[in-house]
Amino acid sequence: MSLHKLTIAQAAQGLRDNTFSSVELTQSCLNRIEERNDVINAFLSVSSEYALERAAQADEQIAAGNHQPLMGIPYAVKDAICTKGIRSTGSAKILDNYIPPYQATVIDRIEQAGAVLVGKNNCDAFGHGASNENSMYGPVKNPHDETKVAGGSSGGSAAAVADHQVIFSIAEDTGGSIRFPASLCGIAGLRPSYGRNSRYGCMPMASSLDTVGPMAKSVEDIAFLMEVIAGKDPKDATTVSDVVPQYTKELATPVSGMKVGVPKEYFEVDAMDDEVKALVEEKIRSLTDLGIIIVPVSLPHTKYAIPVYYIVVPSEDSSNLARIDGIRYGVQTTEAFSLYDTYAFTRSAGFPEEVKRRIMIGTYALSAGYYDAYYRKAQKVRTRIMQDFTDVFSEVDALITPTSPFPAFGIGEKSDDVLAMYLADVFMAPAALAGIPGLSIPIGNTNAGLPVGMHIMGPRMGEGTVLRLGHHIEQHLV
Amino acid sequence: MTVTIDDITHIATLARLSLSPEEKVQYAQELSVVLDYIGMLDDVDTEGVEETCQVTGLQDIVREDVVVDSSEEERAALIAAFPDRVGALLKVKAVFDTDGDI
Repeated sequence: MSLHKLTIAQAAQGLRDNTFSSVELTQSCLNRIEERNDVINAFLSVSSEYALERAAQADEQIAAGNHQPLMGIPYAVKDAICTKGIRSTGSAKILDNYIPPYQATVIDRIEQAGAVLVGKNNCDAFGHGASNENSMYGPVKNPHDETKVAGGSSGGSAAAVADHQVIFSIAEDTGGSIRFPASLCGIAGLRPSYGRNSRYGCMPMASSLDTVGPMAKSVEDIAFLMEVIAGKDPKDATTVSDVVPQYTKELATPVSGMKVGVPKEYFEVDAMDDEVKALVEEKIRSLTDLGIIIVPVSLPHTKYAIPVYYIVVPSEDSSNLARIDGIRYGVQTTEAFSLYDTYAFTRSAGFPEEVKRRIMIGTYALSAGYYDAYYRKAQKVRTRIMQDFTDVFSEVDALITPTSPFPAFGIGEKSDDVLAMYLADVFMAPAALAGIPGLSIPIGNTNAGLPVGMHIMGPRMGEGTVLRLGHHIEQHLV
Repeated sequence: MTVTIDDITHIATLARLSLSPEEKVQYAQELSVVLDYIGMLDDVDTEGVEETCQVTGLQDIVREDVVVDSSEEERAALIAAFPDRVGALLKVKAVFDTDGDI
């Protein structure tokens, strides 16, 4: 039996029934990582010893009747999220030797629920990118076609789950970093509402957009994980105190009568692949089989989301990354004689090209004389984009679009064209700017066998609706 | 919008990045392209529109300023992470040099 192929729900059942142990399940994942990591490159660190120790503890707990929701389930974490005592580089060489003395609140919650951490996933450095080619430890390969990218920035997290190296993973989404690789690798990934999950202990990118969310093999698993990780955290002042719903209980509620909006702007993009478009449109037509009412809608400011995103993100990035200077931790240059050179040489050697590019764009946009023209203007257009969503959610319960305009592309194919890479986020950036939830679920493959994702958006704190709709589509239409 | 090599040199200094001449040429070109693209925001009428700085609506989130103990193990881990140190003290280059530059 290939234990590593199980979902959380299946693995939890098997552990409860004593069909197998957590040590066996964990070893199965570790074997798969050992066999596949040289090819896929989804893991930067594997903590086998720690994992097997935790698994043995979990088996004792299960034997004693402790059935915590994630007891004994192996998982992995994006390397831009801090894990206590386990190396966390953010895929940048400046943190090559960084072992955090603390960890993210979401990881605390998952560990308390009994899950078994097996390692850290490759990603675009500090989350900067859509293809995982900006990692200083090499790109992640797509498990469906090793010549193609896994997507980014959470490419390792997506590939690890899609390739059954782990049962689920925890990652971050600032402008599409969970949803885009989930779509390209053919798994489920949720960007929660901004403020729903704590970001404490995550390497910050754009503070007004950053979220932490789950990646898994089914929508049910995503719902399950959200019940564990969501909720207020005193260590992250942006978390909201809204009660965390019982997402898994809501999944079975029928979706008949639900109104789903299809925004026309998301189907009029130049770069749109015909196969992707046809597959998403076919699934949308079949929604009526579930009793769903399809409503054509418009989000007129959609095309401005990418330009707004690429002002807001680099600006906040450049400010946040000022703290990564190699003074108190990380890899410091030995070639500098002055403090200034220590900063400048350390940062230049330890950041990849895209990180430096974003710091440059952000520093430019925030510098004297340009703040009003760029950052302030972008924040005003952001208000317009949010208003589009507020207007449309007074008519419909959820929105459906493709997650990405195209399936996985070739490694190296877009890496020389900065703007083309930025446009990959075109369907995901608007939800990020509005702070609303977005779920990507796999709905089929292209003729070449590459996965296609469907993107379901809901109003703020509308995770319950988004997950329920995703679950019904996954169960009945895929 | 043309970003010049002088602009790039100035921005890199502010951002504490040491760039090679080739990198400066590359970033000058790429920043020009990106900023041109971003220029399309000028088409949006934002007269009287408020800026969005955050999306939660939360305001004035405060907590008691309480000292929390950290363990000896955490202290040791923090010190062990210092790239350069004298005993348990972090060592850095001089903040002011003789020319008065920072």
